[in-house]
Amino acid sequence: MSNGPQVTIVDAGVGNLGNLARAVRHLGWGPTVTDAPPAIAAARILLLPGVGAFRPPRERLRGAMEEALRQALDDGAYLLGICVGFQLLFERSDEFGDTDGLGLLPGEVRRLPAGVSLPHIGWNGLHDLAEHPLLAGLPEGVAMYFVHSFAALDVPPEVVLARATHGAAFCAVAGSGRVLGTQFHPEKSGGAGLRLLRNFLHLAGGGAPLPATRRRGEAACS
Amino acid sequence: MSPPSGLLRRIIPCLDVKDGRVVKGVRFRNLRDQGDPAEIARRYDRQGADELVFLDVGAAPERRDTALDWVRRTAEQVFIPLAVGGGVRRVEDADRLLRAGADKVGVNTAALDDPPLIDAIARRFGSQCMVLSVDAKRRPDGGWEVVTHGGRRPRGRDAVAWVREGVERGAGEILLTSIDADGTRAGYDLELLRAVVAAVGVPVIASGGAGEPAHLAAALEAGAAAVLAASIFHQGTYDVQQVKDYLEARGFPMRRPFHE
Repeated sequence: MSNGPQVTIVDAGVGNLGNLARAVRHLGWGPTVTDAPPAIAAARILLLPGVGAFRPPRERLRGAMEEALRQALDDGAYLLGICVGFQLLFERSDEFGDTDGLGLLPGEVRRLPAGVSLPHIGWNGLHDLAEHPLLAGLPEGVAMYFVHSFAALDVPPEVVLARATHGAAFCAVAGSGRVLGTQFHPEKSGGAGLRLLRNFLHLAGGGAPLPATRRRGEAACS
Repeated sequence: MSPPSGLLRRIIPCLDVKDGRVVKGVRFRNLRDQGDPAEIARRYDRQGADELVFLDVGAAPERRDTALDWVRRTAEQVFIPLAVGGGVRRVEDADRLLRAGADKVGVNTAALDDPPLIDAIARRFGSQCMVLSVDAKRRPDGGWEVVTHGGRRPRGRDAVAWVREGVERGAGEILLTSIDADGTRAGYDLELLRAVVAAVGVPVIASGGAGEPAHLAAALEAGAAAVLAASIFHQGTYDVQQVKDYLEARGFPMRRPFHE
């Protein structure tokens, strides 16, 4: 186990959290996986991962875990949602009829348009990167690893930190204050994903943004 | 015109693992030790591999449980998608592999013996980690038959129909190996690949027969979302980045490695 600063990974009952914990540990931080409301409420650096469908983790969070999450945010915590954990941050999803999200970010989650292969599985380039410490050092076009069929599509531009395109341009990275998230899996996106995670942990841990690094080959993106 | 997408095609080195070591052989015979899976995985990761597929070749014939320590060690060092197949017979096998650090599991023989296993794994862990691995062999009278056990056991099923059923049951990706082409280094079976790509909407990974970069380009041209290759990378003839440079020059956008 790492002796680094503590990172709390919220276990909403879906998905394999092991590889996210491994990535956090690899970066020198100490991950704790928990579904205990007191531990979540007391956390200062929160990761909310998830794979699969929107509703199971939404229902799992509802109640004490959601209250704990809101408490932590009220007390100054940083939160990074990943994949379905990212989608949960928005106002609603139409994945199963209509399901309310946490409403921490404005926008809605809808199915990607027909005509492209779904699920959207694989590496895709980010574009329209905002100047934001979460994206420090990442070049336009940098590829990340996505696995999803639904995406945040109606997100106000001021909250969008980067987009990707599969059938339509969708919100791939969003952030408002201390609530941030990525549609892709940074823990599976090689060096670029680790850089983003490190940026988040650094930001959440109270450090200054990491300096931009030299670009050695830019990701191709049609 | 298809809608716009920045989705990149994937280059996937495949590693055969036996007793926790990477081995090389032709059709599971004359296996030679190639090294530690985690170490070889790190090398391919550095070269720009987009994903890695591990096939536990010791697993099926001896009906032995997949040892997991090498999966765990690899997942601690390599942060790209890892798929592991070989010997996955029950939902619990998939669970153990995923917990050890695999992102996807490949299911082949057991899915034919018990097709609802596909539904069960997809329901429990999501379609994204249920890779249906299909070995197909040309029939003399046309079409392809599903085979198992390295091609030695015909299963009496049409490969395209089986892939379609697998996707309906929840397979999120198809790993399609031509047993005729496998080991020949003469190129993928493009006709088989086109037939399967046309039949299903999920990504199809072409496997079997890659001998030179032009073969990979042909498979991408035929609609493969990803190309899997073993010997061209293992023998050090080409490294992954060289192959990606070649493919990019031919109009297939590739992921560029990001180095901090």
